[in-house]
Amino acid sequence: MVAVLRVVACGSVDDGKSTLIGQLLANTGGATDDQLDYARRTRRGGSTIPAGAVDYSLLTDGLEAEHEQGITIDVAHLFLDLPSGRRVIVADAPGHEQYTRNMAVAASTADVAVLLVDATKGVREQTHRHLSICALMGVPSVIAVVNKLDAVDWDRSVFNDLAGEVLSAAAGFDMTASVIPASALAGDNVVTPSPNLPWYDGPTLLDALEAWEPADRPRRDGYRLPVQYVIRADDFRGFAGTVFGGPVRPGDTVAVAGSGATSTIDRLLGPGGADLDRADPGTAVTVTLADDVDVRRGDLLTTPEVLGDGLSPATAYSATLIWTAEEPLRHGRSYLLMAGTRTVPAVVTTVRGRLDVTSGKQFATRTLDLNDIGTVELTTDGPVCLDAYRECRDTGSLLLVDRVSKETVAAGMVRHALRRGRNVVPHTYTVDRDARQRLKGQRAKVLWLTGLPGAGKSTIANALERRLHSMGLHTYVLDGDNVRSGLNKDLGFTPGDRAENVRRVAELTRILVDAGLIVIVALVSPFRTDRRVAKGLFQPGDFAEVWVNTPAEVCASRDPKGLYAQAKAGTLPNMTGHGQAYEPPENPDLVVDGTGSVDDATDALCALLRD
Amino acid sequence: MAEEDVLDMLEAEAIHVLREVAGAFRRPVLMYSIGKDSSVLLHLATKAFSPGRMPFPVLHIDTTWKFREMIAFRDDTARRLELDLRVHTNPEQGVTPFTHGAHEYTRIMKTEALRQALDENGFDAAIGGARRDEERSRAKERIFSLREPGHRWEPRSQRPEFWSWANTELAEGQTMRVFPLSNWTELDVWRYIRRESIPVVPLYFSAPRPVVERDGSLIMVDDERFPLSPGEEPATRRVRFRTLGCYPLTAAVESKAENIDEVIDEMRLDRRSERAGRLIDGEGGTSIESKKSEGYF
Ligand SMILES: Nc1nc2c(ncn2[C@@H]2O[C@H](COP(=O)(O)OP(=O)(O)O)[C@@H](O)[C@H]2O)c(=O)[nH]1
Repeated sequence: MVAVLRVVACGSVDDGKSTLIGQLLANTGGATDDQLDYARRTRRGGSTIPAGAVDYSLLTDGLEAEHEQGITIDVAHLFLDLPSGRRVIVADAPGHEQYTRNMAVAASTADVAVLLVDATKGVREQTHRHLSICALMGVPSVIAVVNKLDAVDWDRSVFNDLAGEVLSAAAGFDMTASVIPASALAGDNVVTPSPNLPWYDGPTLLDALEAWEPADRPRRDGYRLPVQYVIRADDFRGFAGTVFGGPVRPGDTVAVAGSGATSTIDRLLGPGGADLDRADPGTAVTVTLADDVDVRRGDLLTTPEVLGDGLSPATAYSATLIWTAEEPLRHGRSYLLMAGTRTVPAVVTTVRGRLDVTSGKQFATRTLDLNDIGTVELTTDGPVCLDAYRECRDTGSLLLVDRVSKETVAAGMVRHALRRGRNVVPHTYTVDRDARQRLKGQRAKVLWLTGLPGAGKSTIANALERRLHSMGLHTYVLDGDNVRSGLNKDLGFTPGDRAENVRRVAELTRILVDAGLIVIVALVSPFRTDRRVAKGLFQPGDFAEVWVNTPAEVCASRDPKGLYAQAKAGTLPNMTGHGQAYEPPENPDLVVDGTGSVDDATDALCALLRD
Repeated sequence: MAEEDVLDMLEAEAIHVLREVAGAFRRPVLMYSIGKDSSVLLHLATKAFSPGRMPFPVLHIDTTWKFREMIAFRDDTARRLELDLRVHTNPEQGVTPFTHGAHEYTRIMKTEALRQALDENGFDAAIGGARRDEERSRAKERIFSLREPGHRWEPRSQRPEFWSWANTELAEGQTMRVFPLSNWTELDVWRYIRRESIPVVPLYFSAPRPVVERDGSLIMVDDERFPLSPGEEPATRRVRFRTLGCYPLTAAVESKAENIDEVIDEMRLDRRSERAGRLIDGEGGTSIESKKSEGYF
């Protein structure tokens, strides 16, 4: 017998879900006197429940703000103790269309869905949406309650028609289903059979919850143990985690999913360190291994069979995502992918389509917005071992997390590993420019700003860096000043020293580009040859030459560092534009008008980066 | 049978959560309020990491108005389990339930003090013993409950909790409160205490105790600081407590339940909710939710 049954309650607003759950609570001893008293004294606006009677819907209410609006906007958890001793954990999900996310949360752990259908309104779009989300989240069965039969004169044919519709809809989703007639208002057929339903001889809702047992469904047997924590004590090193997927026993063969190393389970310890001879899914255990194998948090222990059959490491997966954030999915943006105890950076490479949960149809789309459900392809920054969701919910699911706000942006159900992401040989993974770029979610590039002293290079470079930084990009500005004060402090301003200055800056830039950064160089770099040599260090497309074109008189009048004044006074030899020539670029990738606004210049540079 | 299985499931779930906290956060701490839920939490934490040691310290916010028996029990427990116990009291002087009122006193000596202790130690996750069945507004609380900078609880920024896994990442200034007992009921707590023979403060069991009546509640006169009216004499009554906190703010119930079996029997018949015994919750008419927004646990 299943001791704890997890239920997701779904229904549209006003179908009577709160009333139904309140009835169950009150009639199984789950409501206290003061709560009942409150539900007797309090009335919502528009309520027709007679004074002095209990408004059962009030027993399940929560947050103050919702209370005022009279709606439920978040998942509430309630506990029922059935007469048999079975515990039912009810996740009460809101009925509003915009809260797909909450409904999915509530369904993610549920064994069974209790689905409300209002007899006066019939099976509606919402009903299909709820079934669809439950099916997507892997809820195997549904108990549909056709409510408010009092309002249709307990009409048997109304019930039969609706029951037929629900059963065929559920069958379409491959869910097992049963349908129960009821009236939550007075509790007809909720806990006790109703004299108003003489034509019905099936179970009450309570009976159905008591009788529920999981269907035997074929599944790839074999335990999965995601390691949460390594327990160390004198002469003891054990791996602690919760068992999923199948039972585990001492002596079982173990494969470490990431490395492929194998061993056998030496000791299997339950909570408190007691030796067990078997642990079923859901048990918190600690195992010790017969061999000295490298295992840490984030590793997954499983059987060699499971590992060989689908759970081997891969870097690309197809998954269904539920987008849970206000900010839409961004292509190429690096997110954190959390799968069990493992966290790796990941990028969504393709959005295959968006699922319309009402019609069941897929639509082409480029992105996903809050509450959208879509099929995507993901690439992880390093191999991970993910199950298919249908094999095991807890090892076949993932969260995507924004790297800055740390908000959960999506929950995902793995469909399968993609072939191109398979057969990654562990440990040969190298960290190169490509990997670094992917982690940063950007393409590295050099913007080389050349121009006369005082042309505005540093001002534009700094404005550009601020802009890029605010867009979440990783940048660095190299300008004459920060380089000459350290790295190049041995260099002067002769043509030879200038060439060396440019060469060193170019080499440094190359290293920073290899590090995956967007590098903005603000350097007079007056000679064409030096700039050509610099450009030659980079791949085509990595280097953009930008001429900040400002007339010499304007530069001289700005003279932010007093250089022109010194040159004029004769105390500064080799000043570009004053004793040394400035050779303008012949084919610059961009010319920026140094007398225009800094904003315009920044816009133009951003556009250049996007190419 | 079913009862045992339910307890096993709740135990496994709580241990799973405790291990996630230990594995995912830099500096977790276990909030120890000395009450029955805390006792269960401590017991679970020792079981979760056995044969190793519990990998986090234990924090008690001492308001200086706890029952004397609670403090004695706390120090005993710390010795028995060899805990790394940290005790923090808000250094602000002269704040008492009698001078400042229950709400303001609680804000300063509990909420403020808790924030001080968390900030001073840089704790990024605080494990607490709160349960969803304690109060209606708690039914929607997450197991991993995010706090914004300043320990603010924002209903809008609470993260969706899918499956058995939480997003344990924190942005600058954020912290986490974690409630491994979220899915336990009061009855589960007592049944587990009985099954595991977990020691609890004797105040949970009935005994003759000196009490006075205030606004219909029985308040125990635990020390000489209690302001009695002129001529008032505490009466001796057989009482026990369902929850424990600061003695001037905790109502006793008349009871004959002297041991755990009797407590469980009594509870099955008693139809009042547990928090009815906490005077602080009734004050101001609103639920603990508004207090939670301020950072009260
Ligand atoms: N006639 C009738 N009305 C009902 C029944 N169940 C609930 N209601 C009413 O339907 C309205 C919405 O109920 P509520 O439980 O708050 O619905 P929820 O939005 O689904 O939680 C309330 O006015 C209830 O009194 C029922 O079985 N029969």
